[in-house]
Amino acid sequence: MIEISHVDKWYSPTFQVLTDCTTSVAKGEVVVVCGPSGSGKSTLIKCVNALEPFQKGDISIDGIKVNDPKTDLPKLRSRVGMVFQHFELFPHLKIIDNLCLAQEKVLGRAHDKAVTKGMQLLERVGLKEHAQKFPAQLSGGQQQRVAIARALAMDPIAMLFDEPTSALDPEMISEVLDVMVDLAREGMTMMVVTHEMGFARKVANRVIFMDRGEIVEDAAKDDFFGKPRSDRAQKFLSKILSH
Amino acid sequence: MNYNWNWGIFFQPNPMGTGTYLDMLLAGLALTLKTAALAWVIALITGSIVGVMRTLPSKGAYWFGFAYVEFFRNMPLLVQLFLWFFVLPEILPKAAGLWLKQLPNAPFWTAAIGVGLFMSARVAVQLQAGIGSLPRGQKMAATALGLTTVQGYRYVLLPMAFRIILPPLTSEFLNTIKNTAVAITIGLLELTGQARSMQEFSFQVFEAFTAATILYLLVNAVVVTAMRFLERWVAIPGYITGK
Repeated sequence: MIEISHVDKWYSPTFQVLTDCTTSVAKGEVVVVCGPSGSGKSTLIKCVNALEPFQKGDISIDGIKVNDPKTDLPKLRSRVGMVFQHFELFPHLKIIDNLCLAQEKVLGRAHDKAVTKGMQLLERVGLKEHAQKFPAQLSGGQQQRVAIARALAMDPIAMLFDEPTSALDPEMISEVLDVMVDLAREGMTMMVVTHEMGFARKVANRVIFMDRGEIVEDAAKDDFFGKPRSDRAQKFLSKILSH
Repeated sequence: MNYNWNWGIFFQPNPMGTGTYLDMLLAGLALTLKTAALAWVIALITGSIVGVMRTLPSKGAYWFGFAYVEFFRNMPLLVQLFLWFFVLPEILPKAAGLWLKQLPNAPFWTAAIGVGLFMSARVAVQLQAGIGSLPRGQKMAATALGLTTVQGYRYVLLPMAFRIILPPLTSEFLNTIKNTAVAITIGLLELTGQARSMQEFSFQVFEAFTAATILYLLVNAVVVTAMRFLERWVAIPGYITGK
């Protein structure tokens, strides 16, 4: 579904953020990307739907090359859901309108159809009664669940999560993770940048460990948690799992 | 001081046979409002376009916006009006220059367009700052949903940016009204111009300019109040600037 091959990215000629990154996410697979801050994991996931440009290598989604200038990027992006660390709901729109905007403007759905779809998804994330509120009236966990519903409203073929729980209070993390676990179990193709190793253990098929812009380890979940091959990943794991 | 106060002067007929001196001032006020309204429309439209250009990734758009703003804000308004009114018709091809000079209401059009362009540079800078103050993730979220750049600005960035800059825009609106007084120098008989002719006809300088002052204050008080209502009307529930 998502093929990443030999991707290099520089912010300036002397500052390389991604070095020869190669991996893939198969249909229905859940891949967790972890690593210390500054390791390039957020940058990599943003390259997947071309929110960030990259200079070398190829990324394709469902066989369509992201870095081909002929690709209709808005159309491709509309088929890939993305959830951000800071939710990024549109503050001037009611919750239901946040869910309808792209359905109507990008997919061309009629307003009542978009509303029906939106309400279904809000019900699914347990926020139906908040449809008429504005984002600022919701808690962080609720906003992130809305953001997931907004992405799902586009009927995506894959979902990208960029540290979806990093900006949340501890007691709100689980309500967001629950939604993500359900999604994973339903067979959604997911690429998730996160430090939530509990989530990785529960639903991930593979875990990718990144450090200094390189993919250091790309292993099946059990191998990764059993005995990571690289020292760097071992150290990282021992630090975040010891608490 | 040997000054002959005469507050009744406003109700005496003016020497032009167009009613009383008060009618003369009110005619000036009407012209001030007309000029300011047109100038503000020009300032808002061109200022918004240029302000958006200054935030686009395109280098060309950025440099055009930069040059535009620096051209219009770095020259005194008075010089700009002289430039459009006295210089432009001379440097244009003969036929075009002649057409300009013979244009009916030339001082009005020159003042409205001149003040409008001068103010548009200021609107542009503020809109640029407003867009720049939005979290970077807002644009990313719009893009990730498949919205095009135009749609992203139209539905996501601009509605928030304009809300944020509404208070300083109020000041710019007031400045636009006040700046039309400069048009007296190219022969526009707006409020300041009429107050001066009243002084010249009647020698009641204090009464004339007291009346003009009060009229300017009243108009601006109305604008300030209206903008307050607008701010309250577009405020977002739960958002910092809302209530």
